[in-house]
Amino acid sequence: MPRRQGPVIFSGIERYAAFKKALEMDRSAVLGEVKDSNIRGRGGAGFPVGLKWGLAASVQAEKRFVVCNADEGEPGTFKDKLLLTEYPALVFEGMAIAGFAIGANKGFLYLRGEYRGLIPVLEKELSEIRKEGAFSKKDITGKKAFDFDIEIRLGSGAYVCGEETALIESLEGNRGEPRNRPPFPVNTGFLGYPTIVNNVETFAAVPHIILKGAGWFKSIGTEISSGSKLISVSGDCEKPGVYEVPFGITLREILKMTGAGDTKAVQVGGASGTCVPKREFSRKIAFEDLSTGGSVIIFSRKRNMLEAAENFLRFFEEESCGQCTPCREGVPVLLEGVEKLRKGECSGKYLDDLLSLAETMQCASKCGLGQSAPNAFVSIVEKFKNEYKLSKKRGKERVFNG
Amino acid sequence: MKPVCAAEKIIEKNGRKIVVCDDTRSRLLPILQDRQDRRGYISDKDMQNIADLLGIHPVEVYSVVTFYSFLSTEKKGKHVIRVSNCISNVMKGSEKVVRAFEKALKIKAGETTGDRQFTLERTGCIGMCDKAPAIMVDTELVGNVKPGMVKKIIGDLRKR
Ligand SMILES: Cc1cc2nc3c(=O)[nH]c(=O)nc-3n(C[C@H](O)[C@H](O)[C@H](O)COP(=O)(O)O)c2cc1C
Ligand code: SF4
Ligand code: FES
Repeated sequence: MPRRQGPVIFSGIERYAAFKKALEMDRSAVLGEVKDSNIRGRGGAGFPVGLKWGLAASVQAEKRFVVCNADEGEPGTFKDKLLLTEYPALVFEGMAIAGFAIGANKGFLYLRGEYRGLIPVLEKELSEIRKEGAFSKKDITGKKAFDFDIEIRLGSGAYVCGEETALIESLEGNRGEPRNRPPFPVNTGFLGYPTIVNNVETFAAVPHIILKGAGWFKSIGTEISSGSKLISVSGDCEKPGVYEVPFGITLREILKMTGAGDTKAVQVGGASGTCVPKREFSRKIAFEDLSTGGSVIIFSRKRNMLEAAENFLRFFEEESCGQCTPCREGVPVLLEGVEKLRKGECSGKYLDDLLSLAETMQCASKCGLGQSAPNAFVSIVEKFKNEYKLSKKRGKERVFNG
Repeated sequence: MKPVCAAEKIIEKNGRKIVVCDDTRSRLLPILQDRQDRRGYISDKDMQNIADLLGIHPVEVYSVVTFYSFLSTEKKGKHVIRVSNCISNVMKGSEKVVRAFEKALKIKAGETTGDRQFTLERTGCIGMCDKAPAIMVDTELVGNVKPGMVKKIIGDLRKR
């Protein structure tokens, strides 16, 4: 394993020591430690992990499931790939601790189809775990008291399957169409059983929390965002790659660290994230400021930001599951709008209509894909006004016919 | 048909083989992925057989197959080359790579060569953003691809 350096995930840890420690604590103590650490989901939405686990644990049920979301589809994100390649044991250990805490005996790793080349590494780790009986516990009489097994399931090239209810649909053998929420997966998840879905990085942080304590974890990061974040940096910089940074780091510091010069914009959070102009580079990576699953794409001065907005919208057009109207119909209209803007054929009135459509999509779409699809477009239009000229002609065309 | 996982059994019922396990339907995607790998597509007949095996309607199988971009109802080439066209890749010249493949294979992106050896596609982010331009060749991710490397990649694949 290459020796990477970082405050949490890349700090050293003894293999499976945290799981052993968890078994010696009781379930509620493990849940308590996770809650106390204030850790929030690392996949993007930032839901409190302890709260999610506590909800799943408190529902009466015959079975429960743990799902690791390794669908990593957000453009510009590749940190989960690194974790699964270099730290698979840590991720599996986090899942087993979660299983013990909520009372689940089975976990799934939902791996995006693009990453199927990782399967041999992951299977090798799993077979060692099974051989060693690393995730099982016998009581004093030699009977099995707890047992946890993990199965890998592959996705098949659909970004929306990273949304947790779509992921569950996909696991059940259906089209990956997001469900209505509520009910939430913690109540009715896989096959109707309580299920927790967490990001790869979330699980990788858990063993560190159990072993080193909630207090230690909270000492890293900011008041509201405890711990660290893995960021995936790409675009115009000398040293693209995965970095572990404490929450609260500014964009300016990241640019310096990665050797980016002459930067005009940073897209934080991938296609569904927001575009930050140079004058705002003192903003921080944190849930209270720029919340992100970790994608950081750097644009130098020579780049055209409308081209980026167009690229993101094309991506959403391709990936929308088509279930609900605001997203299915809205994305193509925004895409057409960007094309008009680039050609200088968009009037001020037309742009206002586009922005109001964006707002409708943000609140009326069924899942996070449609809700966040307009984000990059809106931030680019609002913050990079000098990159386009509005048409002086009073646009006869309207965004909506009717 | 081989069971897809250890939890599965195959039993004979009324002279027909059926796969049983506590969540049979949930095995549909692995079964389809296996077919896609072995045959390069999922035929009408496959869909009918799989539906019979799982006790569901073939239309349900069809609706799943058509949802996922890595599953197809038309036969793909022996090798599938996917060029990432996400923004990090476009910035580093992925379209030049697409054009080099198009020229070398004499097809357009989205098409399959006449000898069914190669399919060329564009795809979204493949998690190789720091090594752009990047491509996915069958199951393998390859980074820092230059248009000049395309001929060699194709030559190597022909030998496989
Ligand atoms: C369209 C869409 C795609 C998503 N893709 C991912 C993903 O690839 N990985 C991930 O962990 N979460 C993804 N999420 C967030 C999940 O729905 C879910 O919030 C997350 O897996 C919860 O884990 P966490 O709390 O540990 O972050 C996605 C959400 C949406 C709406
Ligand atoms: S918002 Fe888009 S992806 Fe989500 S359910 Fe609606 S159509 Fe599907
Ligand atoms: S953004 Fe292109 S491979 Fe990830």
